[in-house]
Amino acid sequence: MADESTSTTTVNQSQPKPAWIKLNTGGMIELGGCWTIGAAERLDKELTVIHDGTSTKYIFNLSGLERLDTAGAWLIYRTRKSLESGDTEVVLEGVKPEYGILLDEVAANDQTPPPLPHANQLLEWVAHTGEMTLDALARARDFLGFFGLVLLTLSRSVSHPARLRIVPMIHHMEKVGLNALPIVGLISFLIGVVIAYQGASQMKQFGAEVFVVNLIAVSILREIGILLAAIVIAGRSASAFTAQIGAMKVNEEIDAMRTLGLDPIEVLVLPRLLALVLAMPLLAFFADMIGLLGGGLMTWIVLDIRPDQFIERLSDAVSLWSFWIGIIKAPFFAVIIALVGCYEGFQVGGSAESVGHMTSRSVVESIFLVIVADAIFSIFFQLAGV
Amino acid sequence: MTGDAVIKVEDLHTGFGDHLVHDGLNLEVRKGEVLGVVGGSGTGKSVLLHCIIGLKKPWSGCIEVLGQRVLDLEPPERSALEARWGVLFQDGALFSSLTVAQNIQVPLKEHLNLNQRLMDEIAMIKIGLVGLPPEAGRLYPAELSGGMRKRAGLARALALDPEILFLDEPTSGLDPIGAARFDALIERLRKTLDFTVFMVTHDLDSLNAICDRIAVLADKRVVVIGDMKQMLNERHPWVLEYFHGPRARSAGLLKPGR
Ligand SMILES: Nc1ncnc2c1ncn2[C@@H]1O[C@H](COP(=O)(O)OP(=O)(O)O)[C@@H](O)[C@H]1O
Ligand SMILES: [Mg+2]
Repeated sequence: MADESTSTTTVNQSQPKPAWIKLNTGGMIELGGCWTIGAAERLDKELTVIHDGTSTKYIFNLSGLERLDTAGAWLIYRTRKSLESGDTEVVLEGVKPEYGILLDEVAANDQTPPPLPHANQLLEWVAHTGEMTLDALARARDFLGFFGLVLLTLSRSVSHPARLRIVPMIHHMEKVGLNALPIVGLISFLIGVVIAYQGASQMKQFGAEVFVVNLIAVSILREIGILLAAIVIAGRSASAFTAQIGAMKVNEEIDAMRTLGLDPIEVLVLPRLLALVLAMPLLAFFADMIGLLGGGLMTWIVLDIRPDQFIERLSDAVSLWSFWIGIIKAPFFAVIIALVGCYEGFQVGGSAESVGHMTSRSVVESIFLVIVADAIFSIFFQLAGV
Repeated sequence: MTGDAVIKVEDLHTGFGDHLVHDGLNLEVRKGEVLGVVGGSGTGKSVLLHCIIGLKKPWSGCIEVLGQRVLDLEPPERSALEARWGVLFQDGALFSSLTVAQNIQVPLKEHLNLNQRLMDEIAMIKIGLVGLPPEAGRLYPAELSGGMRKRAGLARALALDPEILFLDEPTSGLDPIGAARFDALIERLRKTLDFTVFMVTHDLDSLNAICDRIAVLADKRVVVIGDMKQMLNERHPWVLEYFHGPRARSAGLLKPGR
């Protein structure tokens, strides 16, 4: 308590005294010192003493006050109000004019906001679940609408190729494709190594070491290469798209664009979408090759299968279809990632926080949808018998 | 030297890269006054404010606020000094993830140790004081209009009942009625809370209504400082154009016969 009061008062030049309260007999209460916000916590506690009303009339003498701010004035006002509500008369004495203004000001602004309606917990939970479901459905519909709008804009742009924005598209290709090569390569290489190593230790038990090559080739070419590339790009680029478009939305840049006759879909979405559609197959191809390289290197080390044997085995083990199946999926995944990234960017509303919220949502949703699409593809290819 | 200068800036040189913004700027703000700082766009008014509150480090010069040199303060002393001033940034700079009431409580939580009830009550008073409706406390900045954001920013600046209030273009973007109310608000708060105001403004009405003195920033320094009468008699070309232009006339500064 002591240090609290000193810390608030040492700063003034004339060394004013810390706030004090003196209770005299007959309901005479003297207040003095610096009633400022720094002492508010202590005064709040000390003032509760007065509430045990023994007197029917209180006289607050404020002539000892050296400094009063809104917090101090509020405390005086609040004490007075609560005493008066208990049918006690309260008189303020020795109020300097400037303190009078402050006390009036505080009294005028004593307006507790109306309480929020409070509902039954279970009911609220049910309502919340219902709201979330409806919200999810509405968003799914909205997303399909966005997809349609993008397709429409795309068809319009394709029929007027001059409207396609080539330079931004190349720029985005560099950002989403070229700059992602190191991380996609590193991850694919390591996964290739892991598959080879784990496969080798399993196959050895059956003396079927050489089939490790089949395992590596089929898993990497058909599934892992493209899936890894898509997941990395979803994390890297879906988030970037959402944050870029979202920040523009917060800045009202999107509105400005519309008023200037620019179509945000055409200017922002199409270059990103096309860049990703073009870059994704290349990235998938790159991931395949590096994954095979990692796998091949590992089989050489643990199983002593030389590179030339590996390649020979590879061409026996897999048809070209295995390779194409991976590559065919790439543009579809690219569309999913670009659309989700851009769509969530447009969903940003108003605040910086909403940019963060939508960004994390776009990453989660795009990865989820990519994996769902992959599952559908594998059923489809199974039925098609390739 | 003058004992009652709360802000003292001496021989300030600031810049970005090789772009010089202030070249030997001097300025003194007296205790209890409202100082209006005017100057063309890009003359470095905001940068000056940022220097004084220690957000930007000048190249050279000396800045004293409430008797302490801002530039060489240790973190705890800095924090104590920061509790004694409030700043309203040009666009409010409210924390978008917090409600208005929570925004106002940020400085209370940072500098003091108050119970939640008291903090809620203080936030409520400040919300009323700056003329916002009580429901505004629960709203997020994105849900407010520009004028309301300014008021909410002012409420946050006032949270600790500061001794100095820094305002960066408080009335820009407000309608004339809102701007006049804002002026009246500052004037009334100054009477009750007794603070010094450093106000960057373009608003001739504000300058006329509430500023005790006006400092004109031009040619990378303060070219004139004084009351409105002095401004009207000043011969510096920019000052002449500013205080004798058509807008000055419509603001009623130039009475016929003066
Ligand atoms: N962060 C910054 N980086 C580079 N230059 C800046 C920066 N902030 C301001 N400036 C420059 O400093 C000058 C003064 O800016 P400012 O103080 O914002 O002007 P105003 O007087 O309109 O408030 C301008 O020329 C501006 O270009
Ligand atoms: Mg400015």
